[in-house]
Amino acid sequence: MTSADKKALQLQAVKVREGVLTSTHGAKAGHPGGSLSAADMFTYLYFKEMRIDPENPKREDRDRFVLSKGHTAPGLYSALAWRGYFPVEDLPTLRHADSYLQGHPNMNTVPGVDMSTGSLGQGLSAAVGMAKGAKYLGKDINVYSIVGDGELAEGQIWEATMSAAHYELDNLCIIVDINGLQIDGRTCDVMNSEPVDAKFAAFGCDVLKINGHSFDDMEHAFEKFHANHGQGRPTTILMSTTKGKGVSFMEDQAGWHGKAPDDEQYAQGMAELEAARKQIEEA
Amino acid sequence: MADMKKVATRDSYGNALKELGATAKNLVVLDADLAGATKTSIFQKAYPDRHFDFGIAEANMINAAAGLSTMGLVPFASTFAMFAAGRAYEQVRNTIGYPHLNVKIGATHGGISVGEDGASHQCCEDFALMRTIPGMTVMCPSDDVEAKAMVKAAYEMNGPVYMRFGRAATPVFHSEDFKFEIGKGEVLQEGTDIAVIATGIMVPEAIEAAKTLADEGISVFLINMATIKPLDEALVLEVAKKCGKVITVEEHSIIGGLGEAVSSFLSENCPTPVKRIGVNDEFGHSGPAGELLKAFGLCSDNIVAQAKKMFSK
Repeated sequence: MTSADKKALQLQAVKVREGVLTSTHGAKAGHPGGSLSAADMFTYLYFKEMRIDPENPKREDRDRFVLSKGHTAPGLYSALAWRGYFPVEDLPTLRHADSYLQGHPNMNTVPGVDMSTGSLGQGLSAAVGMAKGAKYLGKDINVYSIVGDGELAEGQIWEATMSAAHYELDNLCIIVDINGLQIDGRTCDVMNSEPVDAKFAAFGCDVLKINGHSFDDMEHAFEKFHANHGQGRPTTILMSTTKGKGVSFMEDQAGWHGKAPDDEQYAQGMAELEAARKQIEEA
Repeated sequence: MADMKKVATRDSYGNALKELGATAKNLVVLDADLAGATKTSIFQKAYPDRHFDFGIAEANMINAAAGLSTMGLVPFASTFAMFAAGRAYEQVRNTIGYPHLNVKIGATHGGISVGEDGASHQCCEDFALMRTIPGMTVMCPSDDVEAKAMVKAAYEMNGPVYMRFGRAATPVFHSEDFKFEIGKGEVLQEGTDIAVIATGIMVPEAIEAAKTLADEGISVFLINMATIKPLDEALVLEVAKKCGKVITVEEHSIIGGLGEAVSSFLSENCPTPVKRIGVNDEFGHSGPAGELLKAFGLCSDNIVAQAKKMFSK
């Protein structure tokens, strides 16, 4: 990745984060914490990694994305809007009664959403079905799914992972957002999922550990994912992140899992992101 | 009906999938380690590359079916009714029902007639669970011929479908030229005194009962209601107006199934006395299917008894 490419992604990620604040502030509800922890990954997937066509969201040969941790819809919606699937101006209508931007991803109302999710544990299984379908049909389609670390407590995640390995779905990339927090507190205290790497490896995946805020790390990880095609093993990317990343008062705070910023907090958050933008531009 | 050929509708399911698979190239079949019992093994033998076993993990299978359907395939996800409608209820509700995906659920071993396995496997709640999901089509065939036609019709329609098939062999009373239509009740006999609306393997019992009642001077308007949702409201209204008395018969809890669908519709549109014959809010138990059905009143004798009681009122 050239430094110009990286800079463009970093600037884009700032916009995605701004969209998270704008939408949750407009909704007076929603989940900013996990949207911000995965904001860099949303950015990388939609602006670099996936073969997609925003002009033709349902194009058959597109790569698929399933947000298994569906409550972080604000992050996904922001990336989709900035990528051109629908107007960025619509983001503040999130969760409004007359809006198509449902609280959790809805594939029938939101352009670019490939699977309706929200009930934790189910999205990854749907991604397995997509990857299996692509394989059966002999199509070169990659399927990406972001799972939360709290979500790993759902038994269905492991059913899905077992079946992905069984069916040799090397076109499936499971991305785990390890921000270490969930609603009730630290994931290690609520229900410890560690060692996550050993678990996914034991279930038959190739496991990669990255910094979830590093585009260089993402580039290397997805290169390995592509190199794995034909090996018959799903790839699991464990990305270490900071919940609430990019907004100082939200960072690493479980309380910001499912709470919207008020007017003052919104202004402060947007000011911090503006400062971040300037810093990137001047670097 | 003692002299009729008997076939379990789960066998019909497997045979229909195999037959359909010859031309329906986008049809795939999923199972959860019960292919031998659900009879998808019949399809599997013919088309092994299109049969995906997900092991004993019904929740994952149901959601994988959702994913497969978005790739242009038409998945038939198969397991016992208890696990398809029961264990995986929320997976069906949120990831098939809510996005209204083109997934067909083939649930075998519905009802008390599962027999010896007992209450843990005798699902008498599946109609109720599946009916509450918006946009879900819920069906239960009365015999082999109808079951095969139903599978084909389910494939041909776009949208989620739940079909319940039985374990026990039951009489095949339809002729091969029978035409099936989703959402349309079948008039088996016109009558004037009491309307009997039955579904699934209770239909042959109701046919027997109608004969006995005719001998005793009670004229039964007999309907096979294979589609429980959407309900054939026009037909229900017609027979309620004509007979003024309705009996529903199903191998399902009296809560939430055909009887409740008919009662709810009639109470709002044409208040009519309705007697619901079904499982009376209790669990089943082990035993041979035939004995259990009699013990739970899911038989022609009880239909006759209830009809006489209603007629004399």
